[in-house]
Amino acid sequence: MFVLRRPLLTIPVLFVMSIVVFLIIRLVPGDPVRTMLGFRATAANVIEVRHQLGLDQSLLSQYVNWIGALLHGDLGTDIVSHASLADLLAQRLPVTFELTGLAMLVAVIIGVPLGVRAATGGRWVKRLTEGFVVFGISVPDFWLGIMFVLVFAGTLVILPPSGYIPFDVDPVGNLRYMILPVLTLAIGEAAYILRTTRSAVTSVMGRPFITFLRAKGISSRRIIFGHALRNAGPSIVTVIGIQVGVLLGGAIIIETLFALPGVGRLVVTAINQRNYPTVQVSVLAIATIFIVVSLVTDLVVGWLDPRVTDGAAT
Amino acid sequence: MARPAGDGRGGNVTLHAPAAPLAVPVARAHPRRTSTRFIAVGLAILVVLAIIAIAAPVIAPYDPEAVEVKRVLGEPILQHPFGSDVLGRDVFSRVLFGLRVSLLVSVSAVLASTALAVPLGVLAGYFGRWVDTTVSRTLDMILVLPAMLLAITFIAILGPGSVVAAIAIAVIYLPILARVMRASTLVVTRNEYVAGARARGGSHLRVIVTHVAPNALGPVIVQASVLSAFALQLEAGLSFLGLGTQPPTPSLGGMLADGRDVLIQAPWVEIFPGLAIVVAVLGFTFLGEGLLRAFDPRGVAE
Amino acid sequence: MSAMLSFTDVQVRFASDDAVQPAPAVGGVSLDVQPGEIFGIVWESGSGKSTLANAVLGLLPASAAVQGSIRVAGREVIGLSENELRSIRGKEVSMIFQDASASLDPVWSVGDQVAETIRAHAGVSGREAKSRAIALMNEVGIPDAASRYGDAPHRFSGGMRQRIVIAAALANSPQLLIADEPTTALDVTIQAQVLQLIDTLRRQNGTTVVLITHDLGVVAQICDRVAVMYGGTLLEVAATAELFARPQHPYTRALLAANPAGAPRGRRLPVIPAQWSVESLCAAEVLRASAATTERVDADE
Repeated sequence: MFVLRRPLLTIPVLFVMSIVVFLIIRLVPGDPVRTMLGFRATAANVIEVRHQLGLDQSLLSQYVNWIGALLHGDLGTDIVSHASLADLLAQRLPVTFELTGLAMLVAVIIGVPLGVRAATGGRWVKRLTEGFVVFGISVPDFWLGIMFVLVFAGTLVILPPSGYIPFDVDPVGNLRYMILPVLTLAIGEAAYILRTTRSAVTSVMGRPFITFLRAKGISSRRIIFGHALRNAGPSIVTVIGIQVGVLLGGAIIIETLFALPGVGRLVVTAINQRNYPTVQVSVLAIATIFIVVSLVTDLVVGWLDPRVTDGAAT
Repeated sequence: MARPAGDGRGGNVTLHAPAAPLAVPVARAHPRRTSTRFIAVGLAILVVLAIIAIAAPVIAPYDPEAVEVKRVLGEPILQHPFGSDVLGRDVFSRVLFGLRVSLLVSVSAVLASTALAVPLGVLAGYFGRWVDTTVSRTLDMILVLPAMLLAITFIAILGPGSVVAAIAIAVIYLPILARVMRASTLVVTRNEYVAGARARGGSHLRVIVTHVAPNALGPVIVQASVLSAFALQLEAGLSFLGLGTQPPTPSLGGMLADGRDVLIQAPWVEIFPGLAIVVAVLGFTFLGEGLLRAFDPRGVAE
Repeated sequence: MSAMLSFTDVQVRFASDDAVQPAPAVGGVSLDVQPGEIFGIVWESGSGKSTLANAVLGLLPASAAVQGSIRVAGREVIGLSENELRSIRGKEVSMIFQDASASLDPVWSVGDQVAETIRAHAGVSGREAKSRAIALMNEVGIPDAASRYGDAPHRFSGGMRQRIVIAAALANSPQLLIADEPTTALDVTIQAQVLQLIDTLRRQNGTTVVLITHDLGVVAQICDRVAVMYGGTLLEVAATAELFARPQHPYTRALLAANPAGAPRGRRLPVIPAQWSVESLCAAEVLRASAATTERVDADE
C-alpha cells in the first residue's frame, strides 16, 4: 500500500543523509580537533576532546555510537559555549520553523490564486503576472531583504530592521520582527508557486475532460477551482515540497541578515567558529526537516490523486 | 517542460506547458521570433557583462581596494558614479571587480559541472541498466541535501573561499545536468541511425562521440544557461555569509554584507552591487529561456 | 410535429492567419431532427465532424464564426449568451464524446461527476444528488453502483466509463442527446451494448438522439434516419433502410460498397477516389446521372 510504502522509502534516504553528515567532521583536512580548539589546543585538551567526540575509535563504532546517541536525544555539546546541543536546537528550531512556515504560507496565499488568474485571465493579467514572476525569480532574496530594510526601517521607520522576540513572550512584537524576513522569502517563493500554478492549470484546462464539463453546463468557476485546480494540485504540492528545501537554504541567509536566532544562523556562526559538532547537528536537523517535508508532500499528492495510490498510470 | 524550482534543482517535477518569464499571448506565440528576442537580449547583457568582467582592471577608474579617507561614505558624484563605501573605496570600481569574481566563480562552476555531467549522462543513457542505475543513484545522493545546505557543508569541511564555493556549486548542479544529458541521450539513442552506426561496425566510443553526443547536447546547454543564473545567486549568497569569496577580494555578495551597517546613511553601497547581481541573473535567465524555446521545445531540459 | 433540432443553412468558418480563406468546416447544412428519433450523421473522420455538434451547444472556440440558424425545440441557439447556453447544456441538450476516459475528471470519483451534473441544474441537496446519481448508475448498468460510487474513473473498463458518461449526460433528462462517436473507442461487443443502452434510454425517456459516426454498422444498428456528410456538406438524408437499399448519391453508394461485409467475394473492393472534391460530388449533373441509373446495392443489415 502506498501509504505504508512511501514512508518506508524515507528510511534509506535518512540513512544516507546521516552518513553524509557524519562524515563532515571526519573529512576535514588536517586535524579537526586542533582546528576546533584553535589557541586552546594544548596536547591534553586535544586528546580529551578527541576522546569526547569519539574520534579515537574506529569509523564504524563511531557511527554506531553517534546514531545511538542521536536516537536517545543526546546531540552532544557545543564546543564554544558548552551548552547542550539538544537545548540549543530546541531554542532555535522554532524560529526557523516560524520563518519558513510563514514564508511558505504567504507564498501560497499569494501565488496560487494569482497563478490561477494568470492561467485563465486576460492579456493584462498575464503580462502583469509575468513581470512579477521575472522579478521574483531574478532578484536575490537577501538583496530584496536589504531593500525592504532600507524602505521600511530606514526611510519609513515603521518596522525594526532586525531582532526577535519569541511568540509566547510577545505575539505582536514577534510578528513585527517577522514581517520583513517573511515577506522577503515569501515574494521570491510566490513567484515560483505562481509560475507552477499557472503552468499546471493551463495544462489541465487544455485537457478534453474540461470540454465535457462545459457540455454538462458546469460553471466556469467550478470548473477552474473544483476541477482544474484539483488536478493541478499534485504538481503544485510537489513543487512546494521541493521549494521547502530552497526556503530552508534561504532561511540561512535571511536569519543572518535579520539577526534571527534560528538554526540557519547557528550553522553559519558554527562554521566560522570551526564548531564542528554544532555544524553537524544543525545540518542534520535542517536536512531531516527537508526529508520529512518531502515525505509529507508525497503523501498529500497521493491523497489528491487516487491514481497514485493505486499505482495506475497518470 | 519541467522547470527548475528555486535553487535550480527541480527534482522529479514535470509540468507540461510552456512557462515563459515574459508575456507571450499563447494564441499567437511564434516561438521562433520570441526565442530570438530572448537570446538576443540575454546575450547582449551577458556580453556586456563579460567585457566588463574581463576588462575590469583596465576600465575601473580606481583601485578597488584603494582607501580614501576623505571619501568615506561619499555620495555618488561624477567621478564616483556609484559613490564610496565605508572605507572610502570607489563602489563603481568594486562592483566591476566584484562582478568579475562572481561571474568567474559561477560560470566556471557550471562549466566544470557540465564537463563532468556530459560523459556521466551519456554513459547512463547510452548503456542503460546497471551503468545507469549506478550513476543515477550515486548522483541522486547529492540531491538529498538542499543546495544551500550542501554548499555550506562543503565549506564547513574545506573552509571558505571562492574555489571551494565553485567546487560546491559544481557538485550541487552535477546531478541535474547529468540527468538532462541522460534523458536526451536516451531520446537520441533510440533513433535508428545509432543502431545503423553500430551495425556498420562502429565501436561504442565512436558512435557516442560522433553521433550521440552532438545531437544530445542541446538540452544540456540550455540547462547550463538556466543554472548559471542560480549559480550566480548562490555564489552571491555564500559571499554574503562570509563563506564564499573572502575579503579583501571584492565580491558582490561581500559588498552587500559590508554595506548593511551603513544602509541608511549610504544606501548606494547596497543598491548598486545588488543591481549588478540582478542584471547578471536576468541576462542568464533570458538567454536560458530563449535557448529553451529555440532548441528544446519538447522540454527535455528541466 | 415541429423539429426537435433544426439546422438552417448553417455555415461554420474558422478564422485563420492565412491570406487565403480555407473552405468552411461546415458549409450550408440544413436538416431537421424529429422528436424521439435516433438520427445518425455519417461523417468521415476529418475536420468538421464535431463542429456541427459543438455548434449546437456553443462549444466552438472563439476563432469559429457560425452563420445560419440552429434551433433547439424551436429556440434559436446561435447568439445566446454564455449564461443562457450554460442553462441549456446538460439540462435540455446533452452531449457525449468519443473517448470516455478523456471525458471524466481523473481525480474525481465517478459518482460525484454524475451528481455534479444534477446539482448544477437542480437545486437539490448533496445527499439527494448522490442517491439520484446511484440510481442513474444502476440504470446504465454499472454493477454495484452504491459501493462503486466513490471509485475513480481509472478503476473502470472503457465500456463502463462510457456508461458513466451517459449517466451524467442523461442525469437531468434532456430532450436532446448528441453523441459524437460514442462507441468508436470501444470493442465491438461493448459497442453493441452501449448502443443498446442508448436506444433503451431513448425509448424510456423519449429523448431525441443525434448520433455522429463514421461507422455504417453503428448506423445500421439503431438509427431511424441517416444523413450523409462529406467535407462539410450534406449529401443526402433518408430513412436508414431506404439509404442502405437505395442510396441516391454516388458517394453514399461508394461508402456502402466499400464496406467489406457487403462486397461480393473474389472481386476488388471498391474505393472512394481521393480526388473526388466536394464540388464535383455535389454537381447537379452527377446527381442527375446517378439518379437515372439506380442500382441495387446489397447491404448487410
